Amino acid sequence: MRPRVYWPVVIAAAALVALLTYGVASNGPDTSIDERLADGERVEAPVQDLPRLGAEGTGSLAEHKGKVVVLNVWASWCPPCVSEMPLLQRTHEKISPRGALVLGIDTQDAQEDALKFLREKEIEFPSLRDRDREYGRELGVTGYPETFLIDREGRIAAARRGPVTQAWLDEHLEPLL
Amino acid sequence: MRLLVACLLILGLTAAAEPQTTLPDVEDEVMCVECRTALNISTAPVADQERAFIRARIAEGMTKEEIKAALVEEYGPDVLAEPPSEGFDIAAWLVPAALVALAALGIALMARRWRRTEAAPAGPELDPDDARRLDAELSAFDR
Repeated sequence: MRPRVYWPVVIAAAALVALLTYGVASNGPDTSIDERLADGERVEAPVQDLPRLGAEGTGSLAEHKGKVVVLNVWASWCPPCVSEMPLLQRTHEKISPRGALVLGIDTQDAQEDALKFLREKEIEFPSLRDRDREYGRELGVTGYPETFLIDREGRIAAARRGPVTQAWLDEHLEPLL
Repeated sequence: MRLLVACLLILGLTAAAEPQTTLPDVEDEVMCVECRTALNISTAPVADQERAFIRARIAEGMTKEEIKAALVEEYGPDVLAEPPSEGFDIAAWLVPAALVALAALGIALMARRWRRTEAAPAGPELDPDDARRLDAELSAFDR
């Protein structure tokens, strides 16, 4: 190939590869929370104003500062989320008098279906809507359900990628209360 | 009475002539929000929810564009298969266009080079003696 043609082709190919690499890297899951938690650190929880599910206005994690929050990312179409809901509701009832609550983040879910599901399961803890997982991405969410324990200073103390169990809650939630 | 019946008939025919939105019509322009594949090939649970949502909106008599707007309201702009034309996502439009332009430019340059090669003389000119000898030998073959 002549030098006159060679360099523009090489530069164009390099630019294309750089663009693809950036695209893949920027869409990949954020694992920084897990890495810092594994090092024994507590991570400042992301805060974002989100619409309230089944109510007017918006809400965020910030309004619960000073309380321990069990932040649960769920969707009504997700079978493991459906299975863990009764445990989360029981936990909410148990920890509410101790300055704590369960806060749901209903993600990528049709509002009608989500509300019907909560009524059927008699879930009383509040939920916010993250319709396109924009907030979930800040939490490094890759699937459902995922649960984060937020301490009274608004920091993530533990994360569970998958359904919660009573044993996990006993081990990680109890020391925060 | 006859006039009323005629009006009703005309209204009925107009309504029948208006094409109704169908699920496949919308499905191929929408994504499964969780698995990031086209909705018409997805079997994920959320895809079933999206299809039920579309069917309910069709039953309400919504047009395709209205249903797509309702889907965006419910699941956000990523539900649409067409990439957004802002921010980094604009690359999805620009890169294919740039590649097509580059390919066209490459083909044009190659074609120009081939044309020059064809038009170029086959070799050096023969001197007059050799040319006469060649003509004589070729005419000997023709006989």
